[in-house]
Amino acid sequence: MSTRETDEPTGKETTGHEWDGIKELDTPLPAWWLYTFYACIALSMVFFVLWPSWPIPTADGWTYTKGIVGYSQRQRVEQLTAEARADLEQEMEAMRDLSLAEIRTDKALMPIALKAGEAAFGDNCAGCHGSGAQGFEGFPNLNDDAWIWGGSLEAIHQTIENGIRWDDNPDTRYNVMPSFLSDGILTREQVGQVVQYVRRISDQEHDAAKAEQGAAIYDQQCGFCHGAQGKGMTDLGAPNLTDAIWLYGGDVASLTETVSYSRYGVMPAWEDRLDPLTIKQLAVYVHALGGGEPVATADAGSATTPATDDGGSASGETRGGL
Amino acid sequence: MAHSLVSAPNLSRFASYLVFGAGALMSLVLWAFAEDQTMTVHAMLFLAFFLAAIYWVAGRQGRPPVAQEVDGKPNYNEAVVKAGVIATVVWGLVGFSVGVVIAWQLAFPALNFDTSFINFGRLRPVHTSAVIFAFGGNALIATSLYCVQRTNRTRLFGDGLAWFVFWGYQLFIVLAATSYLMGATQGREYAEPEWHVDLWLTLVWVCYLLVFLGTLIKRKESHIYVANWFYLAFIVTIAMLHLGNNMAVPVSLFSSKSVSLFSGVQDAMIQWWYGHNAVGFFLTAGFLGMMYYFVPKRAERPVYSYRLSIIHFWALIFLYIWAGPHHLHYTALPDWAQTLGMFFSIMLWMPSWGGMINGLMTLAGAWDKLRTDPVIRMLIVSVAFYGMSTFEGPVMSIKQVNSLSHYTDWTVGHVHSGALGWVGFVSFGAVYCLVPWLWKRREMFSKRLIEWHFWIATAGILLYITAMWVSGIMQGLMWRAHDELGFLQYSFVETVEAMHPYYVIRALGGVLYLTGAGIMAYNVYMTIRGREAATQAAPKAVPAE
Repeated sequence: MSTRETDEPTGKETTGHEWDGIKELDTPLPAWWLYTFYACIALSMVFFVLWPSWPIPTADGWTYTKGIVGYSQRQRVEQLTAEARADLEQEMEAMRDLSLAEIRTDKALMPIALKAGEAAFGDNCAGCHGSGAQGFEGFPNLNDDAWIWGGSLEAIHQTIENGIRWDDNPDTRYNVMPSFLSDGILTREQVGQVVQYVRRISDQEHDAAKAEQGAAIYDQQCGFCHGAQGKGMTDLGAPNLTDAIWLYGGDVASLTETVSYSRYGVMPAWEDRLDPLTIKQLAVYVHALGGGEPVATADAGSATTPATDDGGSASGETRGGL
Repeated sequence: MAHSLVSAPNLSRFASYLVFGAGALMSLVLWAFAEDQTMTVHAMLFLAFFLAAIYWVAGRQGRPPVAQEVDGKPNYNEAVVKAGVIATVVWGLVGFSVGVVIAWQLAFPALNFDTSFINFGRLRPVHTSAVIFAFGGNALIATSLYCVQRTNRTRLFGDGLAWFVFWGYQLFIVLAATSYLMGATQGREYAEPEWHVDLWLTLVWVCYLLVFLGTLIKRKESHIYVANWFYLAFIVTIAMLHLGNNMAVPVSLFSSKSVSLFSGVQDAMIQWWYGHNAVGFFLTAGFLGMMYYFVPKRAERPVYSYRLSIIHFWALIFLYIWAGPHHLHYTALPDWAQTLGMFFSIMLWMPSWGGMINGLMTLAGAWDKLRTDPVIRMLIVSVAFYGMSTFEGPVMSIKQVNSLSHYTDWTVGHVHSGALGWVGFVSFGAVYCLVPWLWKRREMFSKRLIEWHFWIATAGILLYITAMWVSGIMQGLMWRAHDELGFLQYSFVETVEAMHPYYVIRALGGVLYLTGAGIMAYNVYMTIRGREAATQAAPKAVPAE
């Protein structure tokens, strides 16, 4: 079997072996291949000397070759982080001592607070409220001027800090709407009537007769929290039912679900996770998104104008009646 | 008659009854005392396996021993290879289908349907295990057992043992997949099965090594062909990796839960030493063995360079095993280990390409076959994808590149150019060769369907990897983008939104690839049934050979 022969198409010699009809040519290693291989080894050797690359046992445990460059990824991260911190340290320190309203009117600090708030919002809030704070079903839109727990700087700050129905936080915002059907307060028919009434006060298509009957039930059961006119009460966390803004939907099916079984939306208390300054910046940022209520300070004239020129709080005025 | 009672076949049958009977008994005990759902289901599967094994051994009583040679020619064991080929096709369809499902889940999370059994977290290891171990593993077992017989001119060692390897391996796959669906996992990538499944695979793998080595030992050729070096390296190293990465203590003998012996960064390092070399020795060395047999065989050309095959084999084996730390760049892993992993990855480039050169250049003198034979085209394109991903790998192992690519879809794209392009195509090529050879058909049922498979699957791969490159690089750039004040420019959610269109493209690529595999399955089925497509039945002009 071991006879070397010449392969006709390539003119090269075979090794003389044959397995199941497979032969091998005795081609030398391709030069470009070999020299690239050597070059890779040489390059690695250079890096080997320059960078940390080999463990060394010592009497006191393990150490390693530090390399000529002395690179350490841990030191590099610490250095970069320290540099980034140093850049904004003064501004951040200043913000720590200022009130929310003061930050808002400080022309130098406000743009930084907004940027910081935006970054923190993206990492912590956007998952539920959306990257544009546009909200989803069950998670409020933060761009409009409809506020369940209040849209002043302080109210927003308190909501972020303590959360909503967050059991671990003693100061959390808390309320429970009764499950009118499953708690046996209303019959299925009565739920249907009150739903029609809510559709009437929110200016939607409704069954007039049922809505009329629902009005009485509303006064008895709902008005205490949602107000006689259905305009809601931020102190109690009861939403306005007369606007076109719905957290869980204003169609008959969603309203029936809400009245029958209630909802129990939860938001974490962020004071457990974020530092006080970040929460301040978040409050300022969310307030400036478009729907923040005007800031009431002694110097009302200048304080209601934010220190940015994007007209952040202009729409806040429309909310004045609440 | 006393003589025949102690004969070798009787002894081995007696031993089989003893082993499988003990196994059945242990399964019953396991079933009775099982502490969780996974263990209960697995005890039942084990019991069914051992009872079937006893039934099988009993059914073969009285059969004459299989002849080693017939008419002076080796009596090759082709039945177990046939089973392996069918398993490859079937598991391929399963693995690709699950991949398509999870690709759509990533694009549209609602497809998780809020259920535990088929959510992404559980289906993802089902996909990876099904394509790597079920599809790839069966392809490797089938082709290695075929190649080792042919290139050594001898029948496979151990008839019953080879069947045990085949069916034992299928049981391992079913055990692994059912674990994941029921939520039992070690949480180690590509090594998710829990301790009892690992023990079973160890047993099966040792038997596989025995069958392969036994055949090599009784070979009729003085030299061992290069494909067998690669297959042997794959079998031996996978055994070592499997044992190293599964050092765990079960919380109880009847519980499917175990705790790793290592912790912290040592645990992570062991895992990625395993994970990287699962790619190196399962998906590279093993499939290079396949390439070294099927490319020259199909092209009917000698291997390009014997010397290159020796040098690149040993360089690959020596260098690959060190490169694992590049999976842990910029983590708690010490600097020296990270950079060391990077150097070895760079040095690995040329040894990897040695296989590509030998694969491509073997076609020298027969380039026209690329045009005329879609199977050769599939094999050669697989080698091209191999070359591409073994260049991309060392590039991504460089820390500065890795700081952009790590944790992004770029990694996913890289893995899939290797998996779909190299591992998938070389296996499809081998299946298209083996089916007519094993079932004694002139050729596959339809050459046109092979063409369709090739082009649809190629389009699928291109959609997949380009989508992941764009998505991954974009993702990496968005993560690191910051404004002039140093604040991050994009939130994580925004990167997820930006990736959505590419996830849809990727899923479409997967659908195309699966469609190609479906065409192959139909073609294989029709070939085995003995059909030939009408267009091929007509006599045609064949150039004289």
